Amino acid sequence: MSLKRKSFDSPYDLKAPAGAEGWQELYPYNLVFRDNLREKEDKKFWFCDSQHWPNVFKPFETIGVEFAVRCLGAYNTRHYIIPPANGIEFRIHNGFCYMSPVGVAPELIPDRVPHFLQRAGHYFQNWDSLLENWKKKVHATIEEMDAIEFQALPEMVDWSVVESGAGIDPTAKMMADYDRLIQLAYQNWEYHFEFLNLGYVAYLDFFGFCKESFPGIPDLAIAKMVMGVDSVLFRPDDELKNLAMMASNLGLGEVFANNVGAAAVLAKLAETEKGREWTIAWNNAQNPWFNYTSGNGFYGSDVYWRDHLDLPMGYVQDYVARAVKGEQLHRPKDALIVERDRIAGEYSELLSGEALATFNGKLGLARTVYPYVEDHNFYIEHWTMGVFWRKVRQLSRILHGYGFWNQPDDMLYLTRDEVRPVLFDLATGWGVGADCIAPSYWPEEIERRRKIVDALATARPEPAFNEPPAEINEPFTIMLWGITTEQVAQWLGSDDDDPNALKGMAASPGVVEGIARVITGPEQLDQLKSGEILVAPVTAPSWGPVFGKITATVTDIGGMMSHAAIVCREYGLPAVTGTGSASTKIKTGMKIRVDGSNGKVEILG
Amino acid sequence: MYTFPFDSEETPLHEKLGGKCTSLAIMTKAGAPVPPGFAVTTDAFDAVMRQTNLLAEIKALIGGLDHDNVTAVDKVSEIIRGLIMELEVPESVHQETHRAYDALMDQCGGEVPVAVRSSATAEDLPDASFAGQQDTYLWIIGRSNVMQKIRECWASLYTSRAITYRQANNIDEDGLSMAVAVQKMVNSRTSGVAMTIDPSNGDRSKIVIDSSWGLGEMVVSGEVTPDNFLLDKVMLHPIRSIISDKHEELIPDGQGGIVRREVDEARRNSSSLSNDELIAVARLAKSAEKHYGCVQDIEWAIDADLPEGKNVLLLQSRPETVWSQKPVEVKYTSMGSGIEAITNSLMAQLGDRMGKTGS
Repeated sequence: MSLKRKSFDSPYDLKAPAGAEGWQELYPYNLVFRDNLREKEDKKFWFCDSQHWPNVFKPFETIGVEFAVRCLGAYNTRHYIIPPANGIEFRIHNGFCYMSPVGVAPELIPDRVPHFLQRAGHYFQNWDSLLENWKKKVHATIEEMDAIEFQALPEMVDWSVVESGAGIDPTAKMMADYDRLIQLAYQNWEYHFEFLNLGYVAYLDFFGFCKESFPGIPDLAIAKMVMGVDSVLFRPDDELKNLAMMASNLGLGEVFANNVGAAAVLAKLAETEKGREWTIAWNNAQNPWFNYTSGNGFYGSDVYWRDHLDLPMGYVQDYVARAVKGEQLHRPKDALIVERDRIAGEYSELLSGEALATFNGKLGLARTVYPYVEDHNFYIEHWTMGVFWRKVRQLSRILHGYGFWNQPDDMLYLTRDEVRPVLFDLATGWGVGADCIAPSYWPEEIERRRKIVDALATARPEPAFNEPPAEINEPFTIMLWGITTEQVAQWLGSDDDDPNALKGMAASPGVVEGIARVITGPEQLDQLKSGEILVAPVTAPSWGPVFGKITATVTDIGGMMSHAAIVCREYGLPAVTGTGSASTKIKTGMKIRVDGSNGKVEILG
Repeated sequence: MYTFPFDSEETPLHEKLGGKCTSLAIMTKAGAPVPPGFAVTTDAFDAVMRQTNLLAEIKALIGGLDHDNVTAVDKVSEIIRGLIMELEVPESVHQETHRAYDALMDQCGGEVPVAVRSSATAEDLPDASFAGQQDTYLWIIGRSNVMQKIRECWASLYTSRAITYRQANNIDEDGLSMAVAVQKMVNSRTSGVAMTIDPSNGDRSKIVIDSSWGLGEMVVSGEVTPDNFLLDKVMLHPIRSIISDKHEELIPDGQGGIVRREVDEARRNSSSLSNDELIAVARLAKSAEKHYGCVQDIEWAIDADLPEGKNVLLLQSRPETVWSQKPVEVKYTSMGSGIEAITNSLMAQLGDRMGKTGS
C-alpha cells in the first residue's frame, strides 16, 4: 500500500476554525500545546481520543480527561510499576482530546520487574476480596457525594449558629462542599483504574497466548471466551425489560401504548391497584440503575435517566409494545454461555500437556478479572459521574439565580479552578452586603467563550498529529482504541483507496445490508427505525434499548472491547468499529453492507 | 451381496466396500450431504475373477517382474487388463448391479449421469496414501456404459502405476480386491478440496479450502490455480482469502460428456465461493473431522441444480496423512499463568517493540 503522505500535520500548524481563535485560553495552561515546547511535542505521535471525548470540551469538562488519564497513568507508573509502560500524555487541541503513550527507557525496565511482581501479584492473588472492598469504597464515595447539597445563601445566618456559638456562616460550607465534590470525583477516578489496568494485562496475556497457539485466531474468538454475560453494565437495560414484562403480565399494556411521557404514565398507573404495584417496582429500579447516562459520563450535558424519567419510560413503552406481542426481550444469556463454552472447549481440545494447562490457567484468570473491565463503567462513568454532574448543575443554577450567568448550566464554561474565586466573590458580596462582581464579568465572558466552543464544534478533529511509529504494537492502544498500523495508514490515505469502502475492526461477526442511520448524539436516537443500521462516531451503554431494533452497527472509534463491540456480540448483530470516518462518509438513507466478520463496510448507494 | 446402497441400513464393511465406498456409506448414514449412489462390492469382483484361473495367471505374470523395467511392467499391465475386460460377468452380478442402478435412477427422478470410481481395499489407509492410483469415470449415462466402466475400474487395479506401487511398498498381491462406487454425478458449479488443518504449519485450529469453477478434477490435478481460503475452525471465520485467476473449468456438455472451456472474464478473477458457501464448506469439513475423530481431507462440490442451503455436497472424506502426523512446534513467550506469566508477556511485547524500532 503506498501512502499519499507519511506524516500527519503538526498541531502547531493547524489553524483554529473561524471564530475559535484564542481557544487555548479556555483550557488549563498545561493541557494545550505550548509554543515554547514545539520541538518536544512534535517528536511525539498523538492520536485523537474521540471514543471517550467525541465532542468539544467546555472548560469545566476537562476534569474528566484530567482525572481519568492521570489516574490511569499513576497506576502504571507509581502503583504497579508496569515494567514497559508508563501512562498516557494528553492534550487538548481545537477543543478535542489527543493522547500519546509514554514508554519506559529500556535500561530502567529490569529494576521495575520485582516491584511489579510483588504489587500486581498481590492484586491478582487477592482479587475477589480487594474487589469487594473496592465496591464499598466506591459506594461510600458516591454516598458522600450524593449527600452534598448546594443551597442559596440565607438572608441572615441561622439563629442556631448564633445560639450555639458556632461562629461560621454557610459560605464556608459551600466552598468546602465544592472542594469536597471535586475531591470525591478524583477519588473515584483513582479507584476506577485500581483494577482496570491489571484486568487488561491479564486479558492481553491470554490474548497473546491464543495468538501464538492458533495463529490468526480472530480477536472476537478470544473476546467471546472471556466475556461475561451478566455485566452490571447491561443491568439498567435489563431492569427496563423486566419492568416491561411485568407491565405486560399485569395487563397494563394499554397504559404504555401512548407516547405521553413518564409523568402522564405514572399518573394513570396511580389509578389502579396493579398500576401502583408496577410503580413500586419502577421506583425500586431507579436506585442505582437509573444513574445511567445516555452519554459517556464525561460531559456536563450528559442526560441521566434518573434526572429525565421520560427517557427510560420511553424505552419501557417500546419494550411493552414488544412484550405484548409476545416477543422475547432478554438477551439470549443461556445461548451466549453455551457458545462461550463451546468456543473455549474446541480450542482447548487442540492443545495438550503444558500448553493446555497454560490455556486453562490464563483463561481462568482472564475470566476472573474481566468482569471488572465491563462492570466498572457503571460504577464510575454512570453512577459516580451522574451524581457529580447533578451537583455541578445544582451549584451552577444557584449561581445563575444570583445573576452570575445567563443560562442555568453556564458554570460549565468556567474551568473548575475558576469556580473557586467565583464562590468567594459570592461569599464576599453576601458577606459585605454589596453587589458581587460576577454578574458584571461572567455573562459577557461566557458569551465570548460560548462562541468559541460553538466555532470549535463546527470542525471534526484531525485523527492524529505528527509522524506515526512504523508499527503500532502497543497492545493497549490497539485493544482499547482500535488504533492499528493499518488504521493509521487508512487515516493517512493510500492511493488504492476505494471511496465507497471503509475498513475497521471485525468486532462482531455477520454480514448485513440495509439502510444507514447516522446518529451523532443520544438526542437523535428516537429517529432510528426498526431494521436500520446504526452508524455513529461512538455508542454508549445506555443506548442499549436501540440494539433490539437495529440490524448492525458501525462506529468511527473503538476496538474489540468498545461498547458497540460488546453489545453487538451480546445481541448477535454484525459490528465494524474503529472505521475512523464512517459517521461522516456515510449519510443517513444510504444503503450499506456491513461485514462484521472481516471488518469491512461498503457504501452500495 | 454384490451391491450396497450408500443409504443402506446394513453396517458397511471395509473389506466389502473398499475405502471410498465405506466412507461414503458412513457419511450418508451420519447425515452428511453425500450424493446418492451404491457400491459394487468386492464380492462382485471376486465372483468375476474367480470364475476362472485368472488370479493365478496374473500372479505368475507379475511375479517375475522387475518393477524398475517400465516397458515390461506396461506390457504385463496391458495383458492383464485385457484379460479382465474380456471376462464374462456372471448373470447374478449383472442382475444385481442393474437393479441397484435402476433404483438409483428412480431416486434421482430419472436417468442422470453418474460417476464410476474404483474403491480399493488397500486405498485410503491413513498410513499408505494410495489415492489417485485408481481410475474415475465421470458423466456416464446408461446401464451398459456404467457396466463397462465398472469393468474398467476392476481392471485399473492392474495399471502400471498400481503394480509398481505395490511392488515398491511390498503390498501382497494375494487377497487384492476392488469395489466400485456408482454415484449420482454432481452438477458442480464450484468444487474443490478442503483440509481440516493448515498444511503450512500443521495448525489444527484452521481449515484450508481450495476452490475453483466447475468440476473439481482440475483442482485435484493442479491444472488450475484455485482460490485459496484459510478459516478458523472453531469460529468458522475467514482469516485469509486469495482469489486466483481461474482460467479454465470442466463442465458437463449436456450429452453425458464433459468439456474443458475458458472461464469468462467476469468470473475468472472473482471468488468461486460466496461468504455463506465458504462457511458451509468449512462446516462440512469440520463435521467430517468430528465424525471420524481425526484430521480430514475432503472433496466437495456445489451443485448448480440444488437450492441454496442444500447445494454443498461432500464427495469424499479421508484422513489427512501427512501434516496431521507431524508434531506442531509453537514457540511460546509465556507459559503458565499468573503474575510471572503476565510479566513475561509484557516483557516480550517490549522485546517486539525494540526489535521493530531497531534500537
